[in-house]
Amino acid sequence: MTSPTWNNPVVKWIEYRLPVFSFTQEHLIDYPTPKNLNYWWNFGSLAGITLTIMIVTGIVLAMHYTPHVDYAFESVERIMRDVNYGWLIRYVHMNGGSMFFAVVYIHIFRGLYYGSYKAPREMLWIIGIIILLTMMATAFLGYVLPWGQMSFWAATVITNMFSAFPLIGEPIVSWLWGGFSVDNPTLNRFFSLHYLLPFVIFGLVFVHLWALHVHHSNNPLGIDTKGPQDILPFHPYYTIKDLFGLGVFMLVFLGFVFFAPNFFVEPDNYIKANPMQTPTHIVPEWYLTPFYAILRAITFDIWFIPAKLIGVMAMFGSVLILVLVPWLDTSKVRSARYRPIYKQVYWFFVIDCIVLGWVGFNSPDAMFMGAVSFLRIGQVATAYYFLHLLVVMPVLGKLERPRSPPESISAAVTKETDTVTEAA
Amino acid sequence: MRKFVLGAALALTLGAGTAFAAEAPKPPAQAWSFNGVFGTFDRAALRRGLQVYTEVCAACHSLGLVYYRHLQSIGFSEEEIKAVAREFEVEDGPNDDGEMFTRPAKPTDPFASPFPNDQAARAANAGAFPPDLSVMTKARKGGEDYLHAVLVGYRDEAPAGVEVMEGLFFNEYFPGHQIAMPPPLADDAVEYADGTKATVQQMSMDVTTFLAWAAEPTMEDRKRLGIKTLLFLLVLTAMLYALKRKVWSDVH
Ligand code: HEC
Ligand code: HEM
Repeated sequence: MTSPTWNNPVVKWIEYRLPVFSFTQEHLIDYPTPKNLNYWWNFGSLAGITLTIMIVTGIVLAMHYTPHVDYAFESVERIMRDVNYGWLIRYVHMNGGSMFFAVVYIHIFRGLYYGSYKAPREMLWIIGIIILLTMMATAFLGYVLPWGQMSFWAATVITNMFSAFPLIGEPIVSWLWGGFSVDNPTLNRFFSLHYLLPFVIFGLVFVHLWALHVHHSNNPLGIDTKGPQDILPFHPYYTIKDLFGLGVFMLVFLGFVFFAPNFFVEPDNYIKANPMQTPTHIVPEWYLTPFYAILRAITFDIWFIPAKLIGVMAMFGSVLILVLVPWLDTSKVRSARYRPIYKQVYWFFVIDCIVLGWVGFNSPDAMFMGAVSFLRIGQVATAYYFLHLLVVMPVLGKLERPRSPPESISAAVTKETDTVTEAA
Repeated sequence: MRKFVLGAALALTLGAGTAFAAEAPKPPAQAWSFNGVFGTFDRAALRRGLQVYTEVCAACHSLGLVYYRHLQSIGFSEEEIKAVAREFEVEDGPNDDGEMFTRPAKPTDPFASPFPNDQAARAANAGAFPPDLSVMTKARKGGEDYLHAVLVGYRDEAPAGVEVMEGLFFNEYFPGHQIAMPPPLADDAVEYADGTKATVQQMSMDVTTFLAWAAEPTMEDRKRLGIKTLLFLLVLTAMLYALKRKVWSDVH
């Protein structure tokens, strides 16, 4: 990888003043990448592309949307009916939210499996968690904009959460509302913030990638690259691999958009918001249900702290605690491939998160198969969530005897080829 | 508020030990013309459905998100659209004398609402509000199947042990089983222009097809574009895969 020179005088002129060309060369073309990345490493670029899709469709929607309680619902329907390809733009934005979270959750669980959060990538991981939090806020704000029944009542339930804080709680809630209930001022500010936050995410992603490019990608073996035999230039190897991944992803994404566009939607959100009528159950979108389940799992006061406050703290804590994962995991080995026990408890944790998501969809009083209430399942799953992160991870890192990872990526690859030749 | 009262009343009746749970049964799936990847709206059913809507449902329900001009996309000629619109009266104004006046609707108007405001709608329906039907098929779990099930789900006699409240009607598929809408359809409630026999079943299927179109007039465009896009993407992705294999073939 010799440093490139350019002959075109215009390019030279620009390059001398602002080195965009060598920057592109260094970060997008020659950028050294481990040669053994598997398809789980596609999800970072997919997240970036999805973010771009969300911003582009969002800006077009905003050209036709009216943030007023009397017109918001109707303006969205006008987009669906009268704006050229408005239905397509809206369905892409609507399903794009779900796709974005699906991609980012896979991206995060990839990191948890291969220990991508461990030194020296802690900052990268922490920025990722901040991105996740910002995404959640953005998605919640966006969900309120069509001003359907779920929009209104989700806004009411979630903003009311803050009333759990003693003394400052109530003032915070009316400050958020801009009044004494969720109403026009609330909708207006939510629209303003929903427009703002994706650009904040964009900035955060930039910093995320900056941190990534300092120490480069981790890889399925969880060991550092040892030399040129372990790496490939990003282009063309990973550009083409990411493009192929993008093709598969778009097939799924557009499959929903064109043939099941309302798959992720609660029917109630096609009913215009009505402050006088509470829906029978209020549920957030699927990607927030795990946290909703944690919020509702706490039904008991602890000492003098009321249940509601603990629920709110548990919910925020369940995301914030992820910031500590690089230190909660005490194992020296990165990849779960060489950690026989972690590899198994990892999957318990995945299942636990899915269970939380499923519980969040159901009313706490409802019974599962007539035997046990969803509240109880949610409580057990919440306890296990924190147990995994706060106890299992630190203790396991100390007790477990990991297998030793291979010397280097190329050594591992040659060995695998050898075994294949032997077997043949 | 009414829902709460209904709920409370229902809880009491349930307490009396009836076999009927508050949860309504799952509406049976129907073979809609617009089902599936290639499904389109049956044009004859849409025309009949529009007739049922204008002659029956429009007495109580608005369809405010649909404009008469939208009918063009399902094959109505300009003249036909004008004729449909003329059947409805809308308020307009103020005129030069500052007076509001009524006039026949025009193609550029949204479907006219039967009541000037929600209060009038409630007053005319014993306190119950007949909801706007524009996105009704999307706004209920079960969609079209549910709508049809409700329209044909009335029973003259409530099952033994179920007390139907004054002014409400027993309906098998409505959540809670007590609906404030009187059975809207009866055999031969309309006389179809195309000679189809107007059974309750037939009218219900037709009007539901029409309302499914009203809820998403762009569905056919969506599916057409979807098939083209996905086929293109499938070929493109296969080619990208081949290219990926080729690029990576020298990596060991
Ligand atoms: C006499 C007035 C009247 C007529 C005519 C009428 N409806 Fe209704 N409809 C109502 C009222 C009132 C309600 C509210 C029922 C309730 O909430 O209990 C209602 C509710 C509904 C609902 C919503 C049910 C639900 O799940 O909440 C649908 C769908 C519906 N009507 C469809 C129709 C169709 C289709 C027609 C024409 C075939 C029609 N209605 C004719 C008065 C009417
Ligand atoms: C807007 C959302 C996000 C975008 C666009 C994004 C983008 C990317 C990209 C392009 C990469 C490099 C490719 C890859 O390794 O997959 C990456 C790496 C990484 N991301 Fe993200 N990311 C996002 C959110 C997150 C979140 C929420 C986390 C979780 C905490 C996270 C954690 C990581 C980690 C740990 C890496 C390094 C992975 C490794 O090398 O093994 N990211 N990100």
